[in-house]
Amino acid sequence: MTPFDEMLLGQGEGDGQGQEVRAPYRLLNEWMKSQPLDKLRLKAEDAERVFRKTGITFAVYGDAEAAERLIPFDIVPRIITGREWRKLSQGIEQRVVALNAFLDDIYHRQEIVRAGRIPKELIAQNKAFVPEMMGFRPPGNVYTHIIGIDLVRTAENEFYVLEDNARTPSGVSYMLENRETMMQLFPELFQQIKVLPVETYPQMLRESLSALAPASRANANPTVAVLTPGIHNSAYFEHAFLADQMGVELVEGSDLRLVDGRIAMRTTEGYRPIDVLYRRVDDAYLDPLTFRPESALGVPGIMDVYRAGRITIANAPGTGIADDKAVYSYMPEIIEFYTGRRPILENVPTWRCSVASDLNYVLEHLNELVVKEVHGSGGYGMLVGPAASKKELAAFTDKLKANPGNYIAQPTLALSTTPILTKAGLAPRHVDLRPFVLVSDRIRIIPGGLTRVALTEGSLVVNSSQGGGTKDTWVLDD
Amino acid sequence: MLLGRTANGLYWMHRYIERAENVARLIDAGLRMALTRASSAADEWSSVIMSAGMRPAFEQKHSAYTARTVSEFMLRDRENPSSVLSALASARTNARMVRTALTRDVWESVNGAWIGLSTLLDQPVAESDLPQVLDAIKRAMSEIRGTFHGTMLRNEIFWFSQLGTFIERADSTARILDVKYYVLLPTVSYVGRAMDNYQWESILRSVSAHRSYRFVYSGNYNPVQIAEYLILDARMPRALRFSYDNIDESLTLLAEAYGQRFECHDGAQRTLKSLAERSIQSIFEAGLHEALTAFITENNRLGAEIARVYNFE
Repeated sequence: MTPFDEMLLGQGEGDGQGQEVRAPYRLLNEWMKSQPLDKLRLKAEDAERVFRKTGITFAVYGDAEAAERLIPFDIVPRIITGREWRKLSQGIEQRVVALNAFLDDIYHRQEIVRAGRIPKELIAQNKAFVPEMMGFRPPGNVYTHIIGIDLVRTAENEFYVLEDNARTPSGVSYMLENRETMMQLFPELFQQIKVLPVETYPQMLRESLSALAPASRANANPTVAVLTPGIHNSAYFEHAFLADQMGVELVEGSDLRLVDGRIAMRTTEGYRPIDVLYRRVDDAYLDPLTFRPESALGVPGIMDVYRAGRITIANAPGTGIADDKAVYSYMPEIIEFYTGRRPILENVPTWRCSVASDLNYVLEHLNELVVKEVHGSGGYGMLVGPAASKKELAAFTDKLKANPGNYIAQPTLALSTTPILTKAGLAPRHVDLRPFVLVSDRIRIIPGGLTRVALTEGSLVVNSSQGGGTKDTWVLDD
Repeated sequence: MLLGRTANGLYWMHRYIERAENVARLIDAGLRMALTRASSAADEWSSVIMSAGMRPAFEQKHSAYTARTVSEFMLRDRENPSSVLSALASARTNARMVRTALTRDVWESVNGAWIGLSTLLDQPVAESDLPQVLDAIKRAMSEIRGTFHGTMLRNEIFWFSQLGTFIERADSTARILDVKYYVLLPTVSYVGRAMDNYQWESILRSVSAHRSYRFVYSGNYNPVQIAEYLILDARMPRALRFSYDNIDESLTLLAEAYGQRFECHDGAQRTLKSLAERSIQSIFEAGLHEALTAFITENNRLGAEIARVYNFE
């Protein structure tokens, strides 16, 4: 199983010598060959200094020593052609339309369940389902405003959706900082190769959020704020970065309270109402009166204000039901049900361990499969069969038997590779791609997204919490 | 519009930056004195700890006043909340909290100061390395101040920051004066008498004023003049009067921007008026210690009052 190399044509392990370079990488390849390796390595060190000084760090849970770590950045860009991107965009657009239609249906008549297209238990027993959302329709019928669709590539024309992130996808700040850093390090490269810009994202995000302010505030210039759990959250840098770039306030739960029927923030001149809250706090912590009573991260009473239509919350509470890994396995049916068309982007074939025959297959083929927790994220608690030891496989077998409904399994995909800069020069590593999509009065997609790369040779795990890195992603203006 | 929590973060970020710099300055003065007067080095270091208001905490951990123990405690002891390292950590945490209110230049200078100095102070500092370390601290703080003044918009964010800086500075200068005069002038009869020059120089060095003093007074050290210089001079950046000119200016601009005055505005003006109108003779007649103690109390009260009326206590 040879992975698809996005830079080099032909088979086998190659170092670029004598192998043909794919068209989108040709200019880059020529330029890289003209640069001495030690100069490139110095640039890579420059980049790391820039990231550390800028404070582009993230916290790793369960790792007290490294309270703030850098996500490794690789200076070789990952390139996607304009044609490839247009097709991906169509698929992404179709998918986010379906996700929002699904959410609207689930929190109203549940036609898709009545039609027998998905099982009732999938919704009724799902922890991400928020009953308080039943019968409520947010402005514009938009539930999930900001979405990250994780894509992997396996061949020239083969892309799969690995998962949908419909709650609070993160990583967009790295996409922006990666581009900023690349433009500082290699300005001459951007003159030779025309790349679609990503730096408009914060402006797009603000427009997109403002357009869905409560109807009563639609004509005013709506007040937008970003709600963060605080400086100890792993993504705090991103929260501050986005608020800063959008020119809106970054608030914590303790800054907010109910004033005259609206949610207001405490300022040096008293309380000021907020129209749109881009919250980066999980559902469970959003409102101690509705959800977890001990939460100090949220705002007491915000759900009542929300249901009264006096504030827009992005993303809406309860969107997790749409990105659950068990629901994911039904996405082809979901897309067809709401759009009437076949999915443009394919799902990775998925075994639901809750189904007895699927579970048997998974147990028999565990060393070939990737097994994930239904509610897991960040690469925690997953098993990569081909890379696992006998002991790990045995331990996972026990877990699967004990709680099969908690897991899904997928074939180990041969993720495409792109080159990274190593001490010895360029070497291929596996990558995925998270494009970011904004849904509002219209759908806005930023060209590219965040490319995550497994830095260890042969590794398929790209998550930053598991030692993965990132790259700048170039969509060519062709 | 500014969040109360952001105003709080800005205010404390600047108090801690000012504090880190003041502590470094005190150690610098102590080092200089200890070097020139080897016989009384312990006295000099003890006076530094006193001036910093750290005596009880210091004596709980150390039994001897030496360059090593004092610099260890004042530079890098994380259990001492006012050590340079602790103050810097607090400044950076606050800066991180208010990142959206700062320019990228300011944030990077604060973050850069933390990265550089926390590495530098990772190991105990050898006495021979003290001058370089203190210099690095002062330069890092100058860079923060430089980016702050060079890149920040003059609005409420700037004014709350200035309030933090100057309330901390006024507190520090008043405490140094109080401690030093308490030691140097056990009775009023000493006032006006020529004393050992180096003692007076140590006060001025503690606030980096030994050069400018001679420029202004062009004579020998004189206790009344030194007090006058550090309390009443409107040109001397570490003087109480200078600090209150800035505090009053920031508060006035806030009142204009917000269209509302509070009790703290009147309080600051009362203090400024007395600094502008009183003579140093009248202060000495009434008692320097009493005047400084009253000032420190009033200065703290003002800080608390500002936090209350602007919703960030």
